[in-house]
Amino acid sequence: MDSSPPAVAITGLVKRYGDKTAVDGLSLTVERGLVTAVLGPNGAGKTSTIEICEGYRRADAGEVRVLGLDPVRDATALRPRIGVMLQAGGVYSGARAEEMLRHVAKLHAHPLDVSMLIERLGLGSCGRTTYRRLSGGQQQRLALALAVVGRPELVFLDEPTAGLDPHARHATWDLVRELRADGVSVVLTTHLMDEAEKLADEVAIVDRGRVIASGSPEALCHDGAENSLRFAGPPGLDLGSLLNALPEGAKALEVSRGAYRIEGDIDPQLLATVTSWCAQHGVMPERLTVERRSLEDVFMELTGRELRS
Amino acid sequence: MAKEQTRGTFAPAPGAAPPARMILAQSALETRMLLRNGEQLLLTVIIPTLLLVVFSSADIVDTGDGERVDFLAPGVLALAVLSTAFTGQAIATGFERRYGVLKLLGSTPLPRWGLMVAKTACVILVEILQVTLLVVIALALGWSPHGNPAWVVLLLVLGTAAFSGLGLLMAGTLRAEATLAAANLVFILLLLGGGVIVPLDKFPSGVEHTLALLPISALSDGLRDVLRDGSGLPLGDVAILAVWSVLGLGAAARFFRWE
Ligand SMILES: Nc1ncnc2c1ncn2[C@@H]1O[C@H](COP(=O)(O)OP(=O)(O)OP(=O)(O)O)[C@@H](O)[C@H]1O
Ligand SMILES: [Mg+2]
Repeated sequence: MDSSPPAVAITGLVKRYGDKTAVDGLSLTVERGLVTAVLGPNGAGKTSTIEICEGYRRADAGEVRVLGLDPVRDATALRPRIGVMLQAGGVYSGARAEEMLRHVAKLHAHPLDVSMLIERLGLGSCGRTTYRRLSGGQQQRLALALAVVGRPELVFLDEPTAGLDPHARHATWDLVRELRADGVSVVLTTHLMDEAEKLADEVAIVDRGRVIASGSPEALCHDGAENSLRFAGPPGLDLGSLLNALPEGAKALEVSRGAYRIEGDIDPQLLATVTSWCAQHGVMPERLTVERRSLEDVFMELTGRELRS
Repeated sequence: MAKEQTRGTFAPAPGAAPPARMILAQSALETRMLLRNGEQLLLTVIIPTLLLVVFSSADIVDTGDGERVDFLAPGVLALAVLSTAFTGQAIATGFERRYGVLKLLGSTPLPRWGLMVAKTACVILVEILQVTLLVVIALALGWSPHGNPAWVVLLLVLGTAAFSGLGLLMAGTLRAEATLAAANLVFILLLLGGGVIVPLDKFPSGVEHTLALLPISALSDGLRDVLRDGSGLPLGDVAILAVWSVLGLGAAARFFRWE
């Protein structure tokens, strides 16, 4: 029995900049104790939404509750309980990495051990370097350290792995997993689909200021999704005859010369039908694979293929 | 499994530090940032010191009757307040806003009022260092101050309030680059036209009366009345500074954009 309010509850959120509507009636609930990834094209309104949850920007309409509190009215009660990693900046350009981390630790009652954090995030070599001289990836890691140093219940990470090398990315993923294991709720934004797939319990896809799909990565990939079967063979096969053999609703196409795709409910029966059709026609189906849609496919389908700015 | 027994490294334990500790830490950090910044030191220490030494030693500007240093020391003290409370604070805060420092601090337990108290403490601390340095140099140059030190402190505090309000107003409304340019320009204009090294009576009388209403003129003139002429509390100058303080701080509180 857990009657505590959700980590984040947003209903009908609207944020305008001048006559531009960045967030347009967005609703989202984030459960506690989970990692929730917010995905969306550039300019979708992710940062705006997160910064409203942090109490930094003000909503034009709608209701936002973070840990059951109003981010603006209850800021004093809320701020010790959340940790924030900004998409960029946040540190005095003349401050040293370790100095800034120790400073933010001092603002909290029970901070983490700063030396441990520095080691965990591979910031040891940058302790004495001023912020403006850190590399982009080092600045990112410092920002992550700043978000967690106060032992928050809930962290907002705005693109935590943008610009990180593979090593640092894995260190960040490990840290996020550990946060989750230790009971911290995590909300992160990302453009990396594999990151969301690997890390997130829940995914929300945001486009033009609204949530257009949400659920676990598995559910999103399956939900109404047509799986597909691919194989390669000689070009120009008679797909009409193949289609006659397949169950109703399936589709067969030659995606490119000699590359075939069957779409539909791919079950063992269908697979057998395809291979026996191939056998009858003396076709050797090469590189035969059954594919599930990836999160990236779902994302591209939902948000449209063209890149919007 | 064992999760119930052993609390993990990151197990939540949220809480704010006591306000006094937060403000102390923030004041110390702000002061370190300021003292580490070369341009800020040029503005707050080197320029006032050079002006005091050069203009006291050589007869460049006609400062009227009496020792040149007796005219210049109060003016340079006013300039020191201007450089720290207005120019330095405006530029630093403008860039903190621009680079998301205010945003990040806004997500920590440090309240906004606490940040403002810390900024004020930092300004006052730097001013104490400046005043000490300038007083020692002026005394070495043969300065003989008069008057009631309490009035001097009152004038310095009012000047600090007026310039802080104007500086924060600028930092909180303009872009950081615009603040940088404007704060430096204002510094130079007020240095020349605020009775700091050039006596206001060198200007045509219409201009002189307008210039006298500037906060820098009120501060340098008030300090000069006390320190050079040994007069009582210069009420006119105090009134001008008080009005600027109320207007500046009020407008800053009203228009400062944190976003
Ligand atoms: N301070 C601001 N002033 C004016 N417009 C803004 C401001 N912040 C964001 N916008 C606009 O609002 C829209 C949403 O921006 P936001 O930063 O929330 O997007 P995002 O989803 O975080 O994008 P990205 O993936 O590129 O980080 C964009 O069109 C952006 O131009
Ligand atoms: Mg963003």
